[in-house]
Amino acid sequence: MYRYDDFDRQLVLERTEQFREQVKRRLAGDITEEQFRPLRLMNGVYLQLHAYMLRVAVPYGTLRADQLRQLGMIARVYDKGYGHFTTRQNIQYNWPKLDEIPDALLDLAKVEMHAIQTSGNCIRNTTTDQYAGAAADEIEDPRPYCELIRQWSTFHPEFTYLPRKFKIAVTGSPNDRAAVKVHDIGLRMHQNEAGETGFEVLVGGGLGRTPFVGKTIRDFIGKNDLFSYLEAILRVYNRFGRRDNKYKARIKILVHEEGIDKIRELVEEEWSQIKDGSLRVDDAEIAHYIEQFAPPAFEALSDDDADFERHKAENRRFANWVRSNVIEHKQPGYAIANVSLKPIGGIPGDATDTQMELVADLSEKYSFGDVRVTHEQNLVLPHVKKADLFAVWSELDKADLGTANLGYVTDIISCPGLDYCALATARSIPLSQRISERFGDLDRQHDIGELKIKISGCINACGHHHVGHIGILGLDKRGKEFYQITLGGDASQDASIGKIAGAGFSEAEVVDAIESLVTKYIDIRDGGERFIDTYRRVGMDPFKEVLYGDR
Amino acid sequence: MSLQVVTANRLEDGLVVFLTSDGGWSENINDARIAEDKEAANALLAEASAPELDIVIVGPYLIDVEQQGTDLVPTKYREVLRTKGPSVREDLGYQAV
Ligand code: HEM
Ligand code: SF4
Repeated sequence: MYRYDDFDRQLVLERTEQFREQVKRRLAGDITEEQFRPLRLMNGVYLQLHAYMLRVAVPYGTLRADQLRQLGMIARVYDKGYGHFTTRQNIQYNWPKLDEIPDALLDLAKVEMHAIQTSGNCIRNTTTDQYAGAAADEIEDPRPYCELIRQWSTFHPEFTYLPRKFKIAVTGSPNDRAAVKVHDIGLRMHQNEAGETGFEVLVGGGLGRTPFVGKTIRDFIGKNDLFSYLEAILRVYNRFGRRDNKYKARIKILVHEEGIDKIRELVEEEWSQIKDGSLRVDDAEIAHYIEQFAPPAFEALSDDDADFERHKAENRRFANWVRSNVIEHKQPGYAIANVSLKPIGGIPGDATDTQMELVADLSEKYSFGDVRVTHEQNLVLPHVKKADLFAVWSELDKADLGTANLGYVTDIISCPGLDYCALATARSIPLSQRISERFGDLDRQHDIGELKIKISGCINACGHHHVGHIGILGLDKRGKEFYQITLGGDASQDASIGKIAGAGFSEAEVVDAIESLVTKYIDIRDGGERFIDTYRRVGMDPFKEVLYGDR
Repeated sequence: MSLQVVTANRLEDGLVVFLTSDGGWSENINDARIAEDKEAANALLAEASAPELDIVIVGPYLIDVEQQGTDLVPTKYREVLRTKGPSVREDLGYQAV
């Protein structure tokens, strides 16, 4: 796995000490809040409803065991014993004290972690497929490219004050698990006709108040040229992106207003100037990064394991967990094990200090010390021997981490909403909990099949509601929470933005409304159809009718 | 006009506090000094916005409250959450104390 070099280490330590000084000066009154605010934001420190919030980057969602263990320790020492994993594959702490945050950052630095570029109008943490390096369907591990993007973008002098934040996501698999089409730049690895591996480049996707699916700016860019091409896009954005209006400042608005053809022209023109310059990365350098993410020392195993099959046959709960949470691995005899952070009725994405430590221990024992954070707010043990799955599940289950619901209706994405977030217009967590309880019965979840419900507590859409098969947006209507439902969103390779079904629902009505949608789907689905497939076939009307009748 | 009090977040730990009658900041909304009219409210906010308080609190603002029995209760749900803590973690925040 990628390890910091001395340069990275030095940089992070310097930044931490710098922030310690800044906090000291703030507390002593040498700088005002107005001066301090941008400084704290640059270090991932927000002020939320009840307290400060610290956002820690998990680059491309990959953690080592010692890092996750440290995250658990930080939850215990600097917070109230838990953290929240987010759709950005990051972790947020909800209760740190300002004067203790520099110590927390130092403890993070000890395991090569930090909060840099988790806030502000810079290129944010690059996200990717949580199954990178393990998925049976991937072309190549995308993380070497993510790491190159991280190095290119971190403290990039030109791109520290962009018109707005900038998010890049990469998938190495045709099955997009990283929602690349709703990022400022999405990269989809594929092969061209000559059999070379490179990327389709999408630009101008995004959620928030004006959601868009990204548009293809280039069908294929070779690996060596990727970074100069990204630089060209960023330069065009930096030059032409709107700075007059924060709500129109994302690249998606530029692409929308100017049209993708115009943007393509500008980017190609820019690129022609720089493509043979220092940003061209040669094969040897790429190979060096690929080596950093070399597969662990897998054993040569048969893909069938008798004990595994026996445990499945004997233990129905284990079999159910395997059915939903275990995914095919590229290496025979191994599997990808998803750790659900969505216990029925629980808080999506929250994990306690001891849960983090347990997953860290399990990863050390069973998964080469490798853990992933998913944008759907779960954790992953990416390389578990099939023969060990039962032991892993048994341990997880004891710690309330063995819920068998990956991809089901109770595997809900929810932002923190009004329970924590200063920008929220309504709560989102309690609604996710009530939906989870309503559909908690596992047989029913099996019957419903894949159904992605995503909830945001305001129009910023941190909870991805626009791309939920069923999306829920919490709003404020004369001081009361109410919830708008969108249907038909999709974050996958078939990305689409959901459509608003109609008038919103009160807090009391909304769970029934969701249930009526699900019931309708079950009534009218064709064999094998998921909710989203049925919606695409029949359209909004039948669903609208169950929601509103003649209303 | 509704009754109003001034709230802010405390610089040191970010916790929610209210301006009290003696010019201090309390974690308990019931200690808050109440403004009954516009003029009093403006005076309250002006006091809370004094530059020297920049090292005590962050972002002072007025909120509407109602007297319910012996308790002051904000009229907006957002502010109710701030006085209590997250509704999904009743073991945390001021409601836990
Ligand atoms: C401190 C709390 C947070 C603040 C202040 C905040 C703020 C924002 C804002 C203002 C936007 C809209 C950006 C735009 O349209 O230009 C946004 C979008 C977004 N945020 Fe957050 N957010 C917070 C928490 C979170 C959390 C907890 C997550 C992950 C669960 C998250 C993930 C995202 C995502 C995925 C988007 C939409 C993608 C995009 O268009 O950028 N944010 N956030
Ligand atoms: S969607 Fe709104 S409420 Fe939810 S975390 Fe983002 S800013 Fe906060």
